[in-house]
Amino acid sequence: MNNPYIVLPVLFQLFTAVLLLFFWFRVNTQRLITIICSLTSVGIAIWLFSEVYNNGILTMQAGEWKAPFGITFVADIFSSTMVLLTSISGMAVAIFATGSIRNARLKFGFFPILNFLLMGLHGAFLTGDIFNLYVWFEIIIIASFVLITIGGEKAQIEGAMKYVTMNLLASAIFLTAIAILYGMAGSLNMADLSGQVAQIENRGLVNVVAILFLVGFGIKSAIFPLYFWLPASYHTPPPAISAIFGGLLTKVGVYALLRIFTLIFIPDEFLSNLLIVMAALTILSGGLGAILQVNMRKIFSYLIVCHIGFMIAGLGIYTELAILGAIFYLIHDIVVKTNLFLISGLIFKLKGTLNIEKLGGIYKKYPKYALLIAISLFSLVGIPPLSGFWAKIFLIQGGYQEGQYTLIGFILLGSFLTLWVIAKLWSEVFWKESVDLPKKINVKYFSELVPFKQWVMIIPIVFLTIITLYIGLAAEHIIILSKQISYELMNPSVYIEAVLGTQIETP
Amino acid sequence: MKTIIFKTASTYLLPLLILFSVFILLRGHYLPGGGFVGGLIASIAFIIHSFANGLEKTKTIIKFHPGFLMPIGLAIALLSGAAPLLIGQSLMTGLWFDEPIAVIGMVGSALFFDTGVYLVVIGVTLTIIFTITETI
Repeated sequence: MNNPYIVLPVLFQLFTAVLLLFFWFRVNTQRLITIICSLTSVGIAIWLFSEVYNNGILTMQAGEWKAPFGITFVADIFSSTMVLLTSISGMAVAIFATGSIRNARLKFGFFPILNFLLMGLHGAFLTGDIFNLYVWFEIIIIASFVLITIGGEKAQIEGAMKYVTMNLLASAIFLTAIAILYGMAGSLNMADLSGQVAQIENRGLVNVVAILFLVGFGIKSAIFPLYFWLPASYHTPPPAISAIFGGLLTKVGVYALLRIFTLIFIPDEFLSNLLIVMAALTILSGGLGAILQVNMRKIFSYLIVCHIGFMIAGLGIYTELAILGAIFYLIHDIVVKTNLFLISGLIFKLKGTLNIEKLGGIYKKYPKYALLIAISLFSLVGIPPLSGFWAKIFLIQGGYQEGQYTLIGFILLGSFLTLWVIAKLWSEVFWKESVDLPKKINVKYFSELVPFKQWVMIIPIVFLTIITLYIGLAAEHIIILSKQISYELMNPSVYIEAVLGTQIETP
Repeated sequence: MKTIIFKTASTYLLPLLILFSVFILLRGHYLPGGGFVGGLIASIAFIIHSFANGLEKTKTIIKFHPGFLMPIGLAIALLSGAAPLLIGQSLMTGLWFDEPIAVIGMVGSALFFDTGVYLVVIGVTLTIIFTITETI
């Protein structure tokens, strides 16, 4: 069904960014606008989600140029769910940033750039055109380049160099893949491509293009041999920024992989096996990396890599049940990972360091915060009935049905490694006797902040924790949702029909 | 480069180039040209002026910080792109006035979008060039 207003989440972020640009030097006005606008954007995302949930797939043809010639925006349940999650995480991060980011950084335009980044994310989820997807990816990475370097500390620039290099390389590969694909199929509309690619005789070249897409998105989503940039850069910027990076940026890559490999390139045996091997090694290397680290944010960075493996495993198994698990994990992971990085920001403000060997005694001194943080940590491990548990159940069940016992072993190993890391982190940071740390001059401690700033740092964490609890305790809602998404992904004819407006005969 | 010839020429080039940039902006819909090129030409006008007379003189002509053009241009582009939504049409659908306007010709939402781009380009280019000139 045609609905021109599905593009509103994207436009509203742009509107917010432009509005913030007008108040470039007035940091407090920017804070106020950010809080109001991020709440509104969640409202818009909820509207979009309910609209799509009730009416089915909605499309918009930009400039009234009919598909497959114009740029199509498509809101199916998968993309509108992602838009909703993005705006929820975006809101939490934006509100957290009003308290935690220094004025000096804000004066370099932190908030407008954050909104440009969110605009890019919304656009990437909503677009139905593969070249347009590339453009949104470019907007995302350009905004993230600014965010990762803003403030210009030495460590930040060092991390940013790796980040920028790898992401530019990924974009170049992605663009090459699009060019070859366009040369073969003569179309850029994803729904149209679905039919065109299936008819191409030269299967070898199709597989090559599929691998190129896999490498391009693989770098962005930090899959096994291509993940090294992530733990090297995500711990350098301020916590609010690494929260949005850790929560969302890698997940766009996963979203794109799920979309491309269910709609355009249906994995053959070779590709499925490749995905499964990559997933297993991603889980292993992320988990092992996390064990070795002592910096809390580096631990979380490695855990991002580890858990990306779960989602890729779901894609590799390629049954409705496994994809359901991957989608559930994606939903859970966005909320939890964003929250964990926000929590690391809170702990840094409390103690002035993130080295888990030096930290300690948080449980004794701040029992309420410790309880709050425990929910997110346990849910990351997947302790029933919290959210991570359900996703893994479906992944393991999906793998069992297909006889992928080795992969199940790796998924269990990944969960075990996560448990080990989190247990270590918990005992070191929360239970160990605290040592008196020397006060740092350039750190503004939590107790020194004005009450407003204390509140805006706590509320987003509480909010995301409540959502985590909801995903875990009301899992049946999320299961129904994920089931519908995985059904739509595995039966793309509904999507194609909604975009092209024609009946497609299923072979 | 404070030669008298360059200085005199720059005072005449400034209005001429700005006029030319507006011409390029207006012809851009069907012919080569448009907001981006027009904006670059307009900023060249100011850059030549600043080379000849010094940055301070150019700043007195512009009166406000060129970076301020960026949000204005973006706002115009956003509004013209989103205008079709108000009457229930898709984003960036071309809306046209029925009658052509003298000199300019047919006016539609695409022209406003291009004007927005024009302003953003001037703002960005001048901000970059001015900042670099100040720091050298």
